[in-house]
Amino acid sequence: MKKLTRYKRLAFHLPLLVAILLAPFFLPEFRTQLATLWLMIVLALTWDMTGGQMGYNSLGNILFYGTGMYVAAVITIGIAHDVGEYTSAFGDGVYEFTEAQYFIGMAAGLLGAGIFCALCALLVGSITFGLRGPYFAIGTLGVAIAVGELVSNWEWVGGGQGISLPVYPGDLEVGKVIFYFLFAATGTSLFVLLNWLYQTRFGAAINAIRDDEEKAEAMGLHTLRYKLATWSIAAFFVGIAGGISAFQLIHFEPLETAYQTINLGIFMVVCVLLGGKGTLWGPVVGAVLFHLFKEITWNYLLGWQWVALGALIVVTVVYFQDGIMGGLMRRKPPWFGVRAEGGEALPPTSVHESA
Amino acid sequence: MSAIIQIDRVSKAYGGVAANKDIVMSVASGGITGLIGPNGSGKTTLFNSIVGYHPIDAGSIQFRGREISKLSVQKIARLGLLRTFQQTRIYRAMNGVQNMLISLPHRKMSMANSFTRHSRAEHERAARLLEFVGLYEKRWLRAGSLSFGQQKLLEFAMALMNEPAALLLDEPTAGINPTLINGLIARLKSVNREFGITLFIIEHNMRVIMNLADTIYCLAHGEMLAHGTPDEIQNNPFVIDAYLGAQ
Repeated sequence: MKKLTRYKRLAFHLPLLVAILLAPFFLPEFRTQLATLWLMIVLALTWDMTGGQMGYNSLGNILFYGTGMYVAAVITIGIAHDVGEYTSAFGDGVYEFTEAQYFIGMAAGLLGAGIFCALCALLVGSITFGLRGPYFAIGTLGVAIAVGELVSNWEWVGGGQGISLPVYPGDLEVGKVIFYFLFAATGTSLFVLLNWLYQTRFGAAINAIRDDEEKAEAMGLHTLRYKLATWSIAAFFVGIAGGISAFQLIHFEPLETAYQTINLGIFMVVCVLLGGKGTLWGPVVGAVLFHLFKEITWNYLLGWQWVALGALIVVTVVYFQDGIMGGLMRRKPPWFGVRAEGGEALPPTSVHESA
Repeated sequence: MSAIIQIDRVSKAYGGVAANKDIVMSVASGGITGLIGPNGSGKTTLFNSIVGYHPIDAGSIQFRGREISKLSVQKIARLGLLRTFQQTRIYRAMNGVQNMLISLPHRKMSMANSFTRHSRAEHERAARLLEFVGLYEKRWLRAGSLSFGQQKLLEFAMALMNEPAALLLDEPTAGINPTLINGLIARLKSVNREFGITLFIIEHNMRVIMNLADTIYCLAHGEMLAHGTPDEIQNNPFVIDAYLGAQ
């Protein structure tokens, strides 16, 4: 029986892995699109770690995206040049980067972005995790907006003008494939990590915090420790994703691109709501559908795209609160291991009733 | 018997309302102590003070000889002093087994430990305790879909899973079907006798508490009115007055 499920899993995961590996070669004109799709998946999965699994709806996760971009840029530039001189030159001087400097900068920059953002989450979290419910959402949003404003006034990193990274040294199409695989590797490793993490005691603890934090405290759980660890793992991956975006976009501005609270900052929440909060696959499914919807409306409904997006959000929030995976879970509980031995099988009324 | 919980001149006021005034009492180690009193007499406030839910205004609370009145809820729970809630609290979106497993004692658990899965022995222990409270058949159901009485039993089983030294129960029989109450009394007694867990129980049902407790304290208007054996309490004129309002 166990062997059979293992084969079934393999039969599902293997083609998926092949599709992930081949996608950029079979759809060459969509390479950047596919890379952006992976970015959405990473952002949705990390948002769901706190929002869905732990019951802490952050509106400020974009903070780690923007910070990741800047950290990766500063590290990469700093390896070859003086950052202050580089940003104040506005393209006057010629700043060369060797191929080695580019790739070493990229590796160190992405890793540095992840680590720096994880530390930021510990610092910000130790203050904001005193807030609960909507106060946490607004508190984190406030931090993200404030940091964005501060960075846009910080001349050393380019101020409101933003900052530019060197262009990929070599064939730009190869560069697109590399960015795709960087995002895909980040997303896939995040998914594998979460698949394991949600089955450990750690996963049970953050679910307990979501269902009833006061009870969890009364039972002696180290609630703050779990909350900080969860957000900091999420921030690590968002930071790396931000770093990759920085290299992919080459030039970025602080408010429009890096700390874009109203675009990406909200999109990641919509992806999760659409796919199903608090489920492993929900954020992935939601990100894929959302990205398709967004690209289709942006191409064919230009002028009305924001209206369509707003309508999608309203319909999801009003009619499909459990999202796609949540709705499936309610209709087909056995698919998700909800059993009822000896008792009547009561389907769950809502996946996150108490959230 | 020595005291496991020692409460000395504890006071707690909400604004101008004195909920507890100079409470002195002790809970004997290994026994069953009852706490009764009319509605609004300060029973739940006293429970909340003991488990660190709010700071007390004055006095001292000791658990196994250690001052705990300044400690946080989590720290006190990890010392082995646990409470259940009057309004039952369980993890609603998780099933019975998950509720039990997350209730394992966290005093021994390190962060590295939390990245492992639950062992077979822990699953077996969860199943045994669910069997003990009569919820084994319902263990895979979402806890939120259980009836109020069943949730109460689940919360009790979760508390046992945590291996406490002392358990504070806030109205364990409230909302439970009268025919199930006798079974619950028997279980509480066996938990006390066989697992050696000290019980401290708030209860409104006089039949239940007289049957269970070996010492009873009675609160009225935030003050300790009387204490003694069930017989002494039943015949104490002050207690009768407090309940019948003859004063």
